[in-house]
Amino acid sequence: MNVTLKIRRFNPERDREPWWGTYTVEAESTDRLLDALNHVKWYQDGTLTFRRSCAHGVCGSDAMLINGSNALACKVLLKDLGQHVTVEPLRGFRVIKDLLVDLEPFFAKYRQVKPYLITASAPPANERLQSPAERERYDDTTKCILCGACTTACPSFWANPAYIGPAAIVNAHRFIFDSRDEGAEERLSILNTADGVWRCRTIFNCVEACPRGINVTRAIGEVKQALLYRKL
Amino acid sequence: MPELSGSRPESGLELYAWLFMRLSGIALLFLALIHVLIMHVLHDVTVIDFQFVARRYATPFWRTYDILMLWLAVLHGLNGLRTIIMDYVHSSGWRTVWVAVILLVGLVFLAMGSVGIVTFQPGRFALR
Repeated sequence: MNVTLKIRRFNPERDREPWWGTYTVEAESTDRLLDALNHVKWYQDGTLTFRRSCAHGVCGSDAMLINGSNALACKVLLKDLGQHVTVEPLRGFRVIKDLLVDLEPFFAKYRQVKPYLITASAPPANERLQSPAERERYDDTTKCILCGACTTACPSFWANPAYIGPAAIVNAHRFIFDSRDEGAEERLSILNTADGVWRCRTIFNCVEACPRGINVTRAIGEVKQALLYRKL
Repeated sequence: MPELSGSRPESGLELYAWLFMRLSGIALLFLALIHVLIMHVLHDVTVIDFQFVARRYATPFWRTYDILMLWLAVLHGLNGLRTIIMDYVHSSGWRTVWVAVILLVGLVFLAMGSVGIVTFQPGRFALR
């Protein structure tokens, strides 16, 4: 099948305004969008810039706005997109070039929630044991690959870039509800601010955007509940 | 590690505002629906006159009902506006200005409504 790609291009060193580049690629319907983008870059226009690394939906590098929704280019098949595909960079972050955005503010917020094991008690002789039920409690939020699809799909984040965003809350949830971790109090304090969980308006865009199928809004709701029960 | 611009200290206000929106929302669902049912469905607007209000306000029940609805509706609505300001107004100066405007509007509405409901004397004009 022939697929027409309409790609939002922008080179800040050369262009004053972003512009649309149109490319026609011959591809199999079972090819992924990433294959089509690679085809453009390798055979038609080598200046096209985008991130991709593992190309198998695990590293989280190639999240982009595809036909108006955030998704991973390496996971979406062309047959599900139709013959005309619009590709834009993720919203809410500075475009470095073409589909490449500056994710540094995204990772700064991720680091802000202390996404690592915090313990005060002495380590046990062997390992920190956990029952399957305790592991299940935060299983959903362990799936995050930090692609940024949820945060850049969030209207609250578009309106207010200071909002810590769904991805950081998901990663805080992963430790807050981990029975081995003792840093929940610290993380809940970080999230209990005007730019924290309370900016979430339960719009559910994050749930639709997540390529890992994480119920992001539920995780944010659980953090809100934890904050509430801590105060009551 | 870059510092985050605009990140603010922990505040209980946002948590209680969030809880208030949920609780007042549930209460208003019933208060407002029953209000609409009585004032606009069961009774036509043409029969709602001074005597109608005087009869209702002869007992404390409907006064309590109305004052509860007034406070919950004004605070719920204005807190919603405050939330929109928190989303879209980023300079702390303008935020303060707009939140002050909201507070002022809220105080005026609550004062006017409360005075009307509390000081209304049904007997005073009833038999003229």
